[in-house]
Amino acid sequence: MYRYDEYDQQIVDERVKQYRDQVRRRLSGELTEQEFLPLRLQNGLYMQIHGYMLRIAVPYGLISSRQMRMFAHIARKYDRGYGHFTTRQNIQFNWLKLQDTPDILADLASVQMHAIQTSGNCVRNITSDEFMGVARDEVVDPRPYAEILRQWSTFHPEFAYLPRKFKIAISGGQEDRAAIYAHDIGLAVTKNAQGEVGFRVLVGGGLGRTPIIGSEVCEFVPWQHILTYVESILRIYNQYGRRDNKYKARIKILVKALGIDEFKRQVEADWADLKDGPGTLTSEEVNRVASFFTDPAYETLPDHDSKLNEFKADSRSFSHWLQHNVKPHRVPGYAIVVLSLKKPGNAPGDATAEQMDFVADLADRYSFGELRITHKQNLVLADVRQKDLVSLWQEASAQELTTPNIGMLTDIISCPGAEFCTLANARSIPLAKLIAERFEDLDYQYDIGEITLNISGCVNACGQHHIGNIGITGVEKKDHDEWYQVSIGGSEGNDSSISKIIGPSFTFHQVPEVIERLVQVYLRERTEDERFIDTVRRIGHAPFKDHVYATDFSVQEEEVADKHSVAPAQYDVPYFSPRF
Amino acid sequence: MIIKNKAIVADDWTVLRLQENEAAESVHVAAGKIIVPLKVWQAQRDVLQQREEIGVWLASDERPEALKEDIKKFTVIAVDFPKFSDGRGYSIAFNLRVRLGYTGELRAIGDVLRDQLFYMQRVGFDAFAPRPDRKIEDALKGLSDFSEVYQTSFDPKLPLFRRVQRKGSQAENSQ
Repeated sequence: MYRYDEYDQQIVDERVKQYRDQVRRRLSGELTEQEFLPLRLQNGLYMQIHGYMLRIAVPYGLISSRQMRMFAHIARKYDRGYGHFTTRQNIQFNWLKLQDTPDILADLASVQMHAIQTSGNCVRNITSDEFMGVARDEVVDPRPYAEILRQWSTFHPEFAYLPRKFKIAISGGQEDRAAIYAHDIGLAVTKNAQGEVGFRVLVGGGLGRTPIIGSEVCEFVPWQHILTYVESILRIYNQYGRRDNKYKARIKILVKALGIDEFKRQVEADWADLKDGPGTLTSEEVNRVASFFTDPAYETLPDHDSKLNEFKADSRSFSHWLQHNVKPHRVPGYAIVVLSLKKPGNAPGDATAEQMDFVADLADRYSFGELRITHKQNLVLADVRQKDLVSLWQEASAQELTTPNIGMLTDIISCPGAEFCTLANARSIPLAKLIAERFEDLDYQYDIGEITLNISGCVNACGQHHIGNIGITGVEKKDHDEWYQVSIGGSEGNDSSISKIIGPSFTFHQVPEVIERLVQVYLRERTEDERFIDTVRRIGHAPFKDHVYATDFSVQEEEVADKHSVAPAQYDVPYFSPRF
Repeated sequence: MIIKNKAIVADDWTVLRLQENEAAESVHVAAGKIIVPLKVWQAQRDVLQQREEIGVWLASDERPEALKEDIKKFTVIAVDFPKFSDGRGYSIAFNLRVRLGYTGELRAIGDVLRDQLFYMQRVGFDAFAPRPDRKIEDALKGLSDFSEVYQTSFDPKLPLFRRVQRKGSQAENSQ
């Protein structure tokens, strides 16, 4: 993976120093909270309900064992012993003190990490395909370009105060695993008929209040020009994106207002002045960065390990795991292992410090010391020898990381929700737990088959509910109770679609039954080999809606005294909290 | 006092801001070194262009291309930041410098605070009028937050990968 040189290290070290001084000025009162806000946000620091939350960048989801151990250290030293992996391949710590954050950043800088631009109205962490470099369907390895874009976007002077946040995703496989249609800019690195590398550029996708699938602004931008082309898109957006209404400020609204043709015309008029200028990429730079992403020392191995089959026959659990959590690798004898952070009963995406240390050890022993964080909030060991799968499975099972549910109903994507987040209307994690417990039976899950279930606590869609086959959104009504809208028909990947709401919203305890009823319709109506999403597309929403609302719900609502309450903070009241 | 060319210097320019009851066509532009709003320049161009020294300022929703024909007439062009979170002024500065080739003083006015200055100088500002309720000495420090940057803008003219020889992975170096 990429390693910092003296320039990268210097930039990150100077950031720590700059941020330390900003915190000092805030604590001394020299900066007002309003002035500090954009500064701390550009460093990933949010003020949540119970204290400060720090979002740390994991560039394109790739992380070394050493960096993972630093997360474990931060979890123990500054937090409550766990962290939350997010849908943008980052990690969040929820219980920090403002005074500690400069030291945390210094700790991160010591392992070549940072929290730069993980929030705020700027270009956020670049996300990518969790199987980059190892997927069988890969056309071009996106990692060098993801790193080049990371460096280009880091402290870009012109685009730090955009109308709104800006998310870029890049994928290099035939199948899109980075949800590039749901990003402000989606890049598919590919090859043209002549075999030259370039980018299909999508723009104006996004979820949130106005979910829109991205439009193609250019079919093929040769690799040399990708930075200047992206720069022109950002410049048009920075000048003309709406700033009068936060909810209409994303680039998707501008693209819709102008139309994709006029938007493209403006971008290319701007780009005409940049094209072939100094921002043009050089093959030397691409080769330099690509040199960090060459193949590890793969052994020459047979593609099917006979012992594996023996063990598979003996152990049903292992067989399930192999089928659902282990993915094909492009190198014979190797496999991609997805470690599930979705054990029913646990918060989706949460990992304890012990688990972090443990997976770092696994990575060192089984996968060349590297891990990936997926946008579905799981972890990946990308380069495991097939002959190691049994021992890996045995070890990881002891740490509750082998629930064989990848791609199944309990592999739920969830935002932190109202217990943590000031934006959320309703709790997400407890609902995810309730649903996972209801559908815990594996045979039932396997019968249902491939399905995605995404939960967001509000319309901002951190849980990407619009692109879940089933999407759940927390909404607030006048009485300030928790309500949930349920939608179906969303999907990501090459056939991305936005889900539609099925009808009036539900209470917390009704939601699992709603899902049960949706599943009942699917099981009744499906044809052979048809996935949930296929059935929805074929028969439409009406049969699902009719069945869900046909009969009353008998579930009892428990009184929730305070939807924002989780275990109370173990330290003094945070210095600045919107709630206390 | 303003910051100009990385030093605190006395400033003898006055920024004219239209009051609610004033119109661009009729507002009186006093003698001396005045930075007038774009609208005033456009409305009173015939008279103002006769002055030896004149400045103009752009609001964040105005286009620098509006000055295209006149760009050489100004001793100073200022860009107003109505609030620090309004980032349009950065693109205005870039376009003035890179597209329109403006070489005179480019000044940031309005809600200008220490932590924006580093970015501002990179897109082409060389003068800053920090908000008067803050110490200008502190603001000056903002210009030196970083000693290295990745990407090109107005400053530097070349991205890091064209300015220095950067190392690839050790595996490659050992070959």
